[in-house]
Amino acid sequence: MAKFEKANSVGEWLDQRLNTTLLNKVMMTEYWIPKNINFLWAMGVLLATTFVILIVSGIFLMMYYKPDVNLAFDSVNYTIMQEVAFGWLFRHMHGVAASVVFLVIYIHMFTGIYYGSYKQGREMIWISGMLLFMTFSAAGFSGYMLPWGQMSYWAAMVITNLFGGVPVIGDALVVWIRGDFNVADATLTRFFMLHVFLLPVVIMGLIGLHFYTLRIPHVNNQDSEDIDFDAEAEKYLSGNTKDAKVIPFWPVFISKDLAVLGIFLIFYFYLVFFHYEFAIDPVNFDPADSMVTPAHIYPEWYFLWSYEVLRGFFFDVGPIKAFDIGLAAFGFANAIFLLIPFLDRDPAILPAHRRPMFFIWFWILMIDLIVLTIWGKLPPTGTNAYIGFAAALAFIVIFLALPIVSKLDAKKRGV
Amino acid sequence: MSDKTNRRDFLGYSFAAVAAVGGAASLVGMKKAWDPLPSVLAGGFTTIDLAPLKPGNPGTFKWRGKPIFVLKKTAEMENSDRDLVVGSDRFTVAIGLCTHLGCIPAWKDQVWKCACHGGEFDASGKQTFGPPPRPLDLPPFEVEGSTLVLGNEGPEAKKIADFLATQA
Repeated sequence: MAKFEKANSVGEWLDQRLNTTLLNKVMMTEYWIPKNINFLWAMGVLLATTFVILIVSGIFLMMYYKPDVNLAFDSVNYTIMQEVAFGWLFRHMHGVAASVVFLVIYIHMFTGIYYGSYKQGREMIWISGMLLFMTFSAAGFSGYMLPWGQMSYWAAMVITNLFGGVPVIGDALVVWIRGDFNVADATLTRFFMLHVFLLPVVIMGLIGLHFYTLRIPHVNNQDSEDIDFDAEAEKYLSGNTKDAKVIPFWPVFISKDLAVLGIFLIFYFYLVFFHYEFAIDPVNFDPADSMVTPAHIYPEWYFLWSYEVLRGFFFDVGPIKAFDIGLAAFGFANAIFLLIPFLDRDPAILPAHRRPMFFIWFWILMIDLIVLTIWGKLPPTGTNAYIGFAAALAFIVIFLALPIVSKLDAKKRGV
Repeated sequence: MSDKTNRRDFLGYSFAAVAAVGGAASLVGMKKAWDPLPSVLAGGFTTIDLAPLKPGNPGTFKWRGKPIFVLKKTAEMENSDRDLVVGSDRFTVAIGLCTHLGCIPAWKDQVWKCACHGGEFDASGKQTFGPPPRPLDLPPFEVEGSTLVLGNEGPEAKKIADFLATQA
């Protein structure tokens, strides 16, 4: 056993036993971040903070929420909203955070795509991030069900029915997932479990993995410059902080982050106090009714693009049913982002504005996603159906074109 | 030496086998815990009286938590092999959930229109527009005089189900 000497302070006592000094260096004061970055690099800390807000507000909601079809609606809309002191605040904080977390995730994702921060050793950062996006989506969906209003019920109906598209076992799978022939009490209780326990635990694990994936390839920078982190860190530690291309995560990088976080939180609390309604659909204030589908249903804004890909294919092609085409396209849309590191055939890491073809590709993708999002909310009738179809088809073509587009850029530079 | 290695391999494989059996058994248990409960599976029968239905105006009934559409056809509506003929009347009987993703279509201008993704079904339950992959589903039922009993498949329902199977 190691020899322990008498400690002169609590800090020293802990250091002897837990090596806190080294831990602090590795995790904080000697974890190096490039200097040449902008506010878009603050999104990770924003997301971590928003996740904490979700956990804390969720804990308070969970103390009064009742996962039972007869009690759920009133436990939210009466008990939490009207009786519990600041219950309304925790609900609005939770709902708005669930919505803006996707806004920040999208900014984070598209920053990564724009600066090429997913290749040449950074693939696992991207993949673990996309797994986080998927688990956040599942958490968003399962949480949306809990207030047991009309939108909750019919969203659950539509999403669980998607599993009916699985060959052979589809219909049985849907009944198994629901625990009933339709969305019912068993469904609500199990999705409650997923929302408050299993998915948050998985998310926490993935966040740990996501942070860890950054250690070896390090954070990318604005000009995608290849930095020798060891040499630059040495420069910084020897006192030449001006010439060093890196800064320590704590306290230097974090101080920039906290400034961006401050602005974000002002925006977030402005929404919480003055515009919470955008995250809470009025239709969801009608209790769930299995016998009436609301006149027009749509998912929350962050799912609209993939929803529009799903329903964009509204006609059969030969023997293939529209339902199966839509489902296949939906599967494609949800899986394809995961594969970006392997679809991009340009070996260089460069920001999009230094990759002429890729730059155009990137902005076409942005425009298509915006079109899909807008038309995802409109009723799928007449011209809307055709615009939705065109945008959904374009989405697939855009991704199929990525290997060619990225290869052309590489060729032009003579690689 | 090789004896020792074999002995260790054997122990390793034995451990893996026991762990695999235990793991598989617990997966079966977990899968079954998610199955519908017996009380849910037992979910009863629903009786529908056809007499009060007005032609061209479908009634909606509830069976095992799902809406059931029963439409008494008017003389102008096209006949279909799917029609349930009771006396001189023709009926369309269907589970009132869009075969796309399960929303409840609403009866509007002689068709069932689904608000979710724009699917449409005609008075015979056949899909005529949008993503639905097949006609509205048929619930199992028996005809007793002028009433329908939902739950078991009688000869009339069987005949229509056979016809629908040919339609895919």
